[in-house]
Amino acid sequence: MASPQPLLAHHFDTLDQQRESASLGMWVFLITEVMFFGGLFIAYIVYRTRSHAGFVAGSHELNVMLGAINTVVLICSSLTMAIAVRASQLGDRRTLVRFLVLTAILGLTFLGIKAVEYQEKFAHHLVPGPHFAWHGTTPGTVQLFFSLYFVMTGLHALHMIVGIGLIAWLLPRSMRGRYGPDYHHPIECFGLYWHFVDIVWIFLFPLLYLLGRSEHV
Amino acid sequence: MHVSPLRVYLLIFSALMVLTLTTVLVAFQHLGPLNDLVALGIAGTKMTLVVLYFMHAKYSTRLTKLVLASGLAWLLILFAFTLSDYVSRGWLGVAGK
Repeated sequence: MASPQPLLAHHFDTLDQQRESASLGMWVFLITEVMFFGGLFIAYIVYRTRSHAGFVAGSHELNVMLGAINTVVLICSSLTMAIAVRASQLGDRRTLVRFLVLTAILGLTFLGIKAVEYQEKFAHHLVPGPHFAWHGTTPGTVQLFFSLYFVMTGLHALHMIVGIGLIAWLLPRSMRGRYGPDYHHPIECFGLYWHFVDIVWIFLFPLLYLLGRSEHV
Repeated sequence: MHVSPLRVYLLIFSALMVLTLTTVLVAFQHLGPLNDLVALGIAGTKMTLVVLYFMHAKYSTRLTKLVLASGLAWLLILFAFTLSDYVSRGWLGVAGK
């Protein structure tokens, strides 16, 4: 395997120790991300309990079908990512490259569907701001719901965009055979990041789209 | 280094798909407060599957597991303390008000 630098950095004793340090560091970073999204989740829960009717009315404006399709798309992308990480562990360059590309395509599909949803919200005047229009009761809390909807899904989409950018960075290196059984932590750590972004959506989908669905507006 | 068999990934993937379908179908049934509990319970189960198998937490070192558990504990502190404040507001009168 052609590598421009030694596989084992000088401050580690073994490759195992080096790999474990890398994944531990990634987990610590992801926990800061959990706390960051956690603040938004608790804000959503608190406002939802205080302005129940407006939030239920807001939820009913979201497209459950598109939300569910996007959930399926992201879970598929987690599967392709897991297979890509496995391929890097085994040194299977072809599979690694193919599944990284598949993961990026699924990520772009998610963003495309999200863009369609955002476009619908603009067309229906549901974007908070001067053009927001709501003819039912409690326009204030419905606007609050959509503020949280755009902040939470927007930040999630930003994480997806960063993820796709990272795939673009990892791809040429994967093609050159940079990653194999002895050195694959960039792929492994990126896999952790991608799965984390999937988990955020796993919670955003029921919280924003599903809660209150069975209630009448 | 732990390499999971492909079968495990496909099994977890199928479980995640079934859970997604279940949560969508259940959301439209009239179950009262159970609706919210089922939706969050299913999301929590999906998260656990992804963390343990896709993110290899099941096969990681004890140090990594400890870091994960402590992260989760801090998140629960954030939720519990915030909710205990907001939920209990107005339970007691304020003297002089």
